Amino acid sequence: MRAVFATGSLRARLVVQLLVVAAVLAVLLYFTVRSTADRAAEATQDAILGAATVSIAEQLRGGDGGVEVDLAYATFSMLGAVGQDRLFYRIDIGGETVTGYDDLPVPDVRPASLAAVFYTTPYLDTRVRIAAVARSIIVDKGPVPVLVLVGQTRQGQAAIADQLANRAGLIGLGFFLLAVPLSLLSAGSVFNPINRLAEAVGRRGPRDLRPVRHPAPSELAPLIGALNGFVARLRGTLSQTETFIAEAAHHIRTPLSTVRSEAEIALRQSTDERTRVRLRSMIRGVEASSRSASQLLDHAMVLYRSDQLEGVAVDLCQITRSLARAFGPTAELREVTLLVEGDAAPLCVLGDALLIESALRNMVDNAIKYSAVETEVRIVLATDAGMVRVEVCDQGRGLSGAGLTELSGRFTRGGNVGDVVGSGLGLTIVTEVAAALGGRFELVERDTGGTCASLFLPQL
Amino acid sequence: MRQFILATAVSLFATMAGAFEVEDERVFGNGPGPEIAVLSTTDTAFFAPLIEAFLVGRPNLRLRYVVASSQEVYRAIHDEGAAFDLVISSAMDLQMKLANDGFAASYASDAVARLPGWARWRDRLFGFALEPVVLLASRRAMVGLEMPRTRRDLIDLLRAHPARFNGRIGTYDPHVSGAGYLFATQDARQTDAFWRLAEVMGRLNARLYCCSGEMINDLVAGDITLAYNVVGSYALSRVKDAPDIVVIEPEDFTVALLRTGFVPVGAGQGALGGALLDFMLSPRGRGLMDTAAGLPPLDQSLLQPYLRPIRLDPGLLVYLDRIKRENFLAEWDAAMTQP
Ligand SMILES: Nc1ncnc2c1ncn2[C@@H]1O[C@H](COP(=O)(O)OP(=O)(O)O)[C@@H](O)[C@H]1O
Ligand SMILES: [Mg+2]
Repeated sequence: MRAVFATGSLRARLVVQLLVVAAVLAVLLYFTVRSTADRAAEATQDAILGAATVSIAEQLRGGDGGVEVDLAYATFSMLGAVGQDRLFYRIDIGGETVTGYDDLPVPDVRPASLAAVFYTTPYLDTRVRIAAVARSIIVDKGPVPVLVLVGQTRQGQAAIADQLANRAGLIGLGFFLLAVPLSLLSAGSVFNPINRLAEAVGRRGPRDLRPVRHPAPSELAPLIGALNGFVARLRGTLSQTETFIAEAAHHIRTPLSTVRSEAEIALRQSTDERTRVRLRSMIRGVEASSRSASQLLDHAMVLYRSDQLEGVAVDLCQITRSLARAFGPTAELREVTLLVEGDAAPLCVLGDALLIESALRNMVDNAIKYSAVETEVRIVLATDAGMVRVEVCDQGRGLSGAGLTELSGRFTRGGNVGDVVGSGLGLTIVTEVAAALGGRFELVERDTGGTCASLFLPQL
Repeated sequence: MRQFILATAVSLFATMAGAFEVEDERVFGNGPGPEIAVLSTTDTAFFAPLIEAFLVGRPNLRLRYVVASSQEVYRAIHDEGAAFDLVISSAMDLQMKLANDGFAASYASDAVARLPGWARWRDRLFGFALEPVVLLASRRAMVGLEMPRTRRDLIDLLRAHPARFNGRIGTYDPHVSGAGYLFATQDARQTDAFWRLAEVMGRLNARLYCCSGEMINDLVAGDITLAYNVVGSYALSRVKDAPDIVVIEPEDFTVALLRTGFVPVGAGQGALGGALLDFMLSPRGRGLMDTAAGLPPLDQSLLQPYLRPIRLDPGLLVYLDRIKRENFLAEWDAAMTQP
């Protein structure tokens, strides 16, 4: 039972409960009407029976020649009229039965006056309701007590009560049947606010962690309170995660760059060739660690932000150009010409600036990294069937036949890397960003040598 | 009619010793199956065609038809608990008393359900034939006189021609005849003219009969001119061979007697007793009852407006009351006996 209540449908439960209540009411109605009708019918019949008995008692006349009894035909006819009930009577004068059914039971207490006393008693093969009336008459100059009993069966009364109760039962049943759609309706109206609240919460954007202020019945206040508490805790946890990522990046990179700059100073000051070799490999290791760390953090950031994605207009053109400027020194160092082609006009997409920047940075980084000296890296911005395409093409070593599917795995590096430092996370980040923003990423080897990496994003 | 012949004073508290008196007994059919026992006040000859028709479709049955007077029928059931499957009687009051006192079993069928309310009491007692209680007149003896159409006419007629009617009116003696007592009490209930009529008849030295048979015999023989309160069916069956006799249904009101039947409590073949009752109420049964038995079937559509069927209700118990009876008969005697 518990288990059923714990799961199951609230609506079904409510409907069942309402129906049970309706059924109980219908049954109650039946029995109430039955007993009320029975009592009312009994009161009515008693009144008639009593009046008949009194009238018979009043018709009794004393006198010198004995007692005159006059039973009225119409009275008897009428008494039998209601339910064609059976009729019994008995007239005792001076303690002796003078006429009627001499074994008809007398009342326990002798009635005091002409007011009838009623009692129900078994008689012959049935139960009879008897009215008893006592009086005295003068016979032979002396008062003589007289007792008049008139009894009738009460099938008529039972029939009336049955009929009324059956009608009430039918009405009750009608109510019950009416209660089915009504309780469905009312159950529906009870659950409407809950459904509306659920819709309102479901409609919220992914980053909408404001407390729920939807108007709702007071019964839902605890639920809304609990929900808001939960949202507040979630908001706290999320902002902690964000700052944690940022802080972790800082805490790893800062000591690494210190090690690196110290090693470089030591390299410059050292004249011992073996030490210098060691210092150079140490600097490369630190550089690799730093890159790995920052890419790991980048990757974590991409995962986190694509979960919380809330699209805003991002100008690809501007991001690309500023990125190209930032890569300027690196490219110069490797004697690679970095070119940006296309209009300077804004090319907007819906997305997240940090994500897009991270993706592009990895693409440009790869292109420069895997290029030979005195080559060209060309960044092309274009629109293409509702998509904005950012193409980064180099004249480097190509992919040696490997495809994007193999290369985009986490920590997967190609066989063509040689002594180029890397973590194998770059393409993973790019594909994840493309997927999160509803675009796609392509990586192809050019016929003329080199590689082209293209990021497609839906144009705003 | 035989059932009216014996009419000892109705005494509810008298218990007679010995078995009830059987007037006639006959077994119909010779099937191996169950035997239906019918106790009736109606002569076998009247009922035979009906019973034979009933048994045609039930060859395995036997039917024992026992005839007794209405008083003996009452006694057989009330005092002796005689075993019967259907009890038929023309004494409505006694039948009503038996049903009221719980001797009638409940019986339900479509046929009895169709009976009008006044012709049935609960699911216990059912009327199957309705016989007007009529005035018979001898055409010959009435020559030169107009036939009376109402009781008032009759009273006027009797008053106008006392010499012609002196000693030539017949009616039941209610002291002796149960039927006569029932008719007289019903008359008295309906109209005060009854007492005037009784006085007039008393003054004209009306002849009192124990039974309708003798009354009609005297009428046919020319000994009396008028017979007041005779059961119609019997009267009509006589009229067929006595064209001299005129049947007059008084137009102020004509009391009509119901022949009733019930299945007694504890009947061994109660269902078959009920089946016979149903057959009597069926169209075929009604037809046979009319043509062969000479008992007018109960047909509401044929009811004349002046016909007053005696209702089957506990009012009938009133005149069975000992004191009521004594009072009524004393009143009757006073009216009939002129100083
Ligand atoms: N522009 C490119 N030219 C040649 N090979 C590339 C280029 N970009 C990616 N690759 C290949 O794809 C692999 C995966 O790239 P990425 O995920 O960025 O890792 P890495 O840290 O090695 O650059 C690289 O190891 C390399 O083999
Ligand atoms: Mg890379």
